[in-house]
Amino acid sequence: MSDIPKMVEIKRIQKETKNIRTFFLDTAINSAPGQFLMAWLPGIDEKPFGVSFKAPELGITVEQKGKFTEELFFLKEGDKIGIRGPYGNGFDTEGVKTACLVAGGVGVAPINALAIELKQKGVEVKIILGARSQDHLSLSESLLQCGELYITTDDGSMGEKGFTTNKLRALLKDEKFDKIYTCGPEVMMIEVMKIADSNGIEMEASLERYMRCGTGVCGACSINGIMVCKDGPVFNSGQLKKLTELGKWARSKSGKKVTLDDYCRGKC
Amino acid sequence: MVEKLAELKVDYAGVKFRNPTVLVSGVLGTDAATLKMVAKRGAGAVTMKSIGPEERAGHNNPTIVATEHFMHNAVGLPTPGYKNLGDKWEALKGRDFPLIASVFARSVEEHAVVAEEVASHKPDLIEINLSCPNVKGLGHAFGTDPEVAGKIVEGVKKVSGKVPVIAKLTPNTHRLVEVGKACEEAGADGLVAINTLGGMMINIDARRPVLHNKFGGVSGPAIKPVAVKSIYQLYANCKIPILGMGGIINGEDAIELMMAGASAVGIGTAVHYRGIEVFELVIKEMNDWMDKNNVKKVSELVGAAHE
Repeated sequence: MSDIPKMVEIKRIQKETKNIRTFFLDTAINSAPGQFLMAWLPGIDEKPFGVSFKAPELGITVEQKGKFTEELFFLKEGDKIGIRGPYGNGFDTEGVKTACLVAGGVGVAPINALAIELKQKGVEVKIILGARSQDHLSLSESLLQCGELYITTDDGSMGEKGFTTNKLRALLKDEKFDKIYTCGPEVMMIEVMKIADSNGIEMEASLERYMRCGTGVCGACSINGIMVCKDGPVFNSGQLKKLTELGKWARSKSGKKVTLDDYCRGKC
Repeated sequence: MVEKLAELKVDYAGVKFRNPTVLVSGVLGTDAATLKMVAKRGAGAVTMKSIGPEERAGHNNPTIVATEHFMHNAVGLPTPGYKNLGDKWEALKGRDFPLIASVFARSVEEHAVVAEEVASHKPDLIEINLSCPNVKGLGHAFGTDPEVAGKIVEGVKKVSGKVPVIAKLTPNTHRLVEVGKACEEAGADGLVAINTLGGMMINIDARRPVLHNKFGGVSGPAIKPVAVKSIYQLYANCKIPILGMGGIINGEDAIELMMAGASAVGIGTAVHYRGIEVFELVIKEMNDWMDKNNVKKVSELVGAAHE
């Protein structure tokens, strides 16, 4: 595999909400759910994005947050972007018969790819999709086709008012899952981990840190000496518990140790 | 595994490494946890990501790309700045492996300012990055001028106390040997060679340079012959020991650089090709070759290709 961006055409752009779009690309990269691509806009920047649709078209679902995504949102169908990958490990679905997927905000992207694959494998899937408000909520139509879908918003603008974790607790009163998968804000994922633990259920979470190489060389995305780009981005609860920086610390582009709050604010 | 290989011990610039492999600067050196991990996974010594005078974010991506033949990078010297590394130094206290602190600056005087603070944290070696090719006004210009390089080394030596000082040289000059000699005369305890070769890649479909910085440094298998020649010439002309690097992927590459004159060998780009396991693998491969060729001490190989 060559780790150099290849220019591919944007075949189709699907508007999810005011701020979220899915870009379907004219390329056949075989990726596992949870893996990510590096997407390049020449002269602007290159950023990691979890694959949200693997086939028949490869898709990435993107929330407009900063300079890069602003430029990406100017692009039209037929325009080209550079991509390289897939990178990272992906979710482990071996032996899973029943699963609960918990997605927060645009963390839904890899969860959607996972939901599609689990559905295809005949796994019984329940999905909890949460966001700040309706404007931050995406891919619900796709998820509906994969299993039972529960929607929560912080402001109650769609679905139940409240957090995904409240819904997860409520579901677990009557149900049991082989595994819980989550992607979203780190505080949410930590809470999901605690809930899974107290119910004796295996879980996996997909993490995010500032990345450069994507191949575990540069060290930028280190969390406790583990490279999120290569060793992750998906970690199970046993691995997550060893990460003392989880939910507390991250590293800025310069490599400086900063609080996770500052890191998120700097990016958003 | 590593502990059994006593014959792989080397001495570089007065510091003992349990084996000749060294994690180079700019690879996996961002935080203390990773440096400890690399040491645990076999490296004889590890180098911190270059420390600069003030916080720098580095370049936008793409900063690092690779083919099977080479890696091409222009990360742009991201650094929290020497005043913002308290947590890293704290976490590296009480370590059981040699630590190399790489430093860079914008002027002769500033090198001493950064190095003095860095020396106060007692790394085992201070490496002056005289040669980063990827940032305008930083490094490269110093590393191609013997007089300036010598002045920088002299200034750092004055403030480094007991910590040995080594100078990392650029191959992007016809004056490599002169620069090496100037560093030696200025009191450097060792040399590090080579840094990456200047290069550029263009994506023909995008009609644009691949790296955001346009230009970058080339490392990996493609540059090994350049490294071997540079180390060979430096060894022939300088007395201070050389930490050799450039294109080492396996144990036999490492032995080749040692035969050219390297006392220890840097591994960086190979992490891309073989993962963090590369240190254990290279050590094993060196050991296998030595066993097969009846070489008892790895130090016997240093400069073996010279008549």
